[in-house]
Amino acid sequence: MSIIEINNLKRDFIVGDETVHALRGISFGIDAGEFVSIMGTSGSGKSTLLNILGCLDTPTSGDYIIDGVNAATLSRNELADIRNHKIGFVFQSYNLLPRTSVLENVELPLMYNKQYSARQRREHAMEVIHRVGLDQRIHHTSAQLSGGQQQRVAIARALVGDPVIILADEATGNLDTRTSYEIMALFQELHASGTTIAFVTHEPDIASFTSRTIKLRDGHIIEDSPVQTQNAQAALEALPKNEDY
Amino acid sequence: MNLSNLLKIALRAILRNKTRALLTMLGIIIGISAVITMLSLGEGVKLGMTSEFSSMGTNSIMVMPARQQRGGVDMGNSTSKSLDEKDLAALKKSCPHVAAFSPSVTSGAQMVYGSRNHSGSVQGCSPAYLSINNYSLERGLMFTDQDVKVYSKVCVIGKTIVDELFPDGTNPVGQTIRFGNIPMKVIGVLKEKGQGSFGNDADDIALVPYTTVQKRFLGINYFQMLEASAVSQEASEAAATEITHTLRATHGIGNPDDDDFEVRTMDELLTSMNSMMSMLTLLLTAIASISLIVGGIGIMNIMYVTVTERTREIGLRMAIGARQRDILLQFLLESVVLSLIGGLIGILLGILLSYVLATAIQSGGDMPISFVLSYSAIGLSFVVCVAVGVFFGWYPAKKAAGLDPIQAIRYE
Ligand SMILES: Nc1ncnc2c1ncn2[C@@H]1O[C@H](COP(=O)(O)OP(=O)(O)OP(=O)(O)O)[C@@H](O)[C@H]1O
Ligand SMILES: [Mg+2]
Repeated sequence: MSIIEINNLKRDFIVGDETVHALRGISFGIDAGEFVSIMGTSGSGKSTLLNILGCLDTPTSGDYIIDGVNAATLSRNELADIRNHKIGFVFQSYNLLPRTSVLENVELPLMYNKQYSARQRREHAMEVIHRVGLDQRIHHTSAQLSGGQQQRVAIARALVGDPVIILADEATGNLDTRTSYEIMALFQELHASGTTIAFVTHEPDIASFTSRTIKLRDGHIIEDSPVQTQNAQAALEALPKNEDY
Repeated sequence: MNLSNLLKIALRAILRNKTRALLTMLGIIIGISAVITMLSLGEGVKLGMTSEFSSMGTNSIMVMPARQQRGGVDMGNSTSKSLDEKDLAALKKSCPHVAAFSPSVTSGAQMVYGSRNHSGSVQGCSPAYLSINNYSLERGLMFTDQDVKVYSKVCVIGKTIVDELFPDGTNPVGQTIRFGNIPMKVIGVLKEKGQGSFGNDADDIALVPYTTVQKRFLGINYFQMLEASAVSQEASEAAATEITHTLRATHGIGNPDDDDFEVRTMDELLTSMNSMMSMLTLLLTAIASISLIVGGIGIMNIMYVTVTERTREIGLRMAIGARQRDILLQFLLESVVLSLIGGLIGILLGILLSYVLATAIQSGGDMPISFVLSYSAIGLSFVVCVAVGVFFGWYPAKKAAGLDPIQAIRYE
């Protein structure tokens, strides 16, 4: 079943008298349970695409259907609700609330969802915190966590609302190789348990942990192919262990 | 996001920057405490004056002879003799809204008892003077209409005179005091009124039948003044009108411009005094509330800073599903809470300040004032604080809610 369906999607930015064609007519679909990486050179339109997929932005033209809803025609409030109910974001720079506990950071999306009571909020948050392996840290604030741990909190926050898809924009961009692999191992675990993920990255080794890669150049798709999926946990164990300098 | 969660966020954000919040609130604190102080003191003075006046009788009326202007020509002092027995008789007959009349004639006198003396004035009046001026007797009796009829040499004296002439505690009733060279028997002592109203000592008084003052002290047959009391404070105006009409009739005056007397009611005086106080209070409050505007601008300024500082947070909240309204409310509530906390501190400070000032003025003694907690001022302050918070928080909150999530989340 297709979670995301885009059709001849275009996005133009008008800067002064110039028009930047960031996306020049893109079509593809993502099925439930897929782990897709989106690759491409800097400026090729990856973030622009992800913003539209995440309902933070609307296309200049073309269709974007997420979970059966055409998002190209929704109002700002409706887009906010779609983001809340159907999408989980993971950003390069974590974006946790400062001086706020892990638990509260993870609960945050549910605060904007009337269907959750305070108790349900707490239960759901505890459950996803457990899934990312931070049970021992629920009362720590982000300043007391490493980069990798912060990104785990961000992943828990993305998971907490039971989204149909997780969108990650260079989620390992700020992390060293070992921590990146640990995060990828976590993503693979989530994927194995049925989560659909779209993952923007520059790095081919990161992309090799996904199951399908879409390559962009100048706003066009130049390649869309399945990947020989590598096991992140295995890659992690294969890393030289004497990195203790 | 529900209100209690928004409130929690607002409080946490404020507590995170305690010093900044306190400095921001300063304008509100000063403004509100100044307004509370002004309104409380204003109300206190009003109350103090009212009780001062009511001790003199809030329904009392004075009729004074006035200079007559005829065709622009001043007719001189002759008209000050315009009130006499004939007027009194007519007035007593035709003024149903008046409870009592008392003519008033005064004369300075040296009072002597034994080796002690006291210089004061004798107040010539009728027995009704007591009720008109809210005096009551401590001991003895008031003189009667019969005493008035026969110019009796009797007097009723106040506490000050008692203290001056009878320092050893002798009962003055039954004793004889000489007023100049006229011996007068003391038949009563007035109960102490206590307060000096605007500097005069209400207890430095000797009441004597007015006829006695007219015949034995001054040798006149007119009244210097007529005092009266209306049946109630509300009836004051009607009573004054009746008096005016009656006197015009007895004096044969057709044109009100020719009036040779003047009628003043305490009610009128109170009303004008009150409206003057209200104006003054309003003016001072208006000045004080300028500080509220300054405080509001301070809040607006800090809210803009807060919104800019927290651009990324706003972007994130939007990305995870906050609607514009959620963001607007979050920041609006923060500014309202900021303003309300300032207001609360201001109210407490204002109460303290008005208490201290009222007590200080009271002990100074020149001004009748009482400490009143102006509940309306406190209620008003709350409303004003919310209004200031909403008004000055609106644009910063609107700016926050209008941010583009993509740009906000990447904001450095
Ligand atoms: N808000 C904007 N206004 C104008 N131009 C924009 C805007 N956002 C993106 N662009 C342009 O669109 C093109 C695609 O940008 P995008 O951010 O999607 O690239 P990217 O593939 O994510 O690059 P990187 O790998 O560096 O993050 C670029 O040429 C960029 O300059
Ligand atoms: Mg990008």
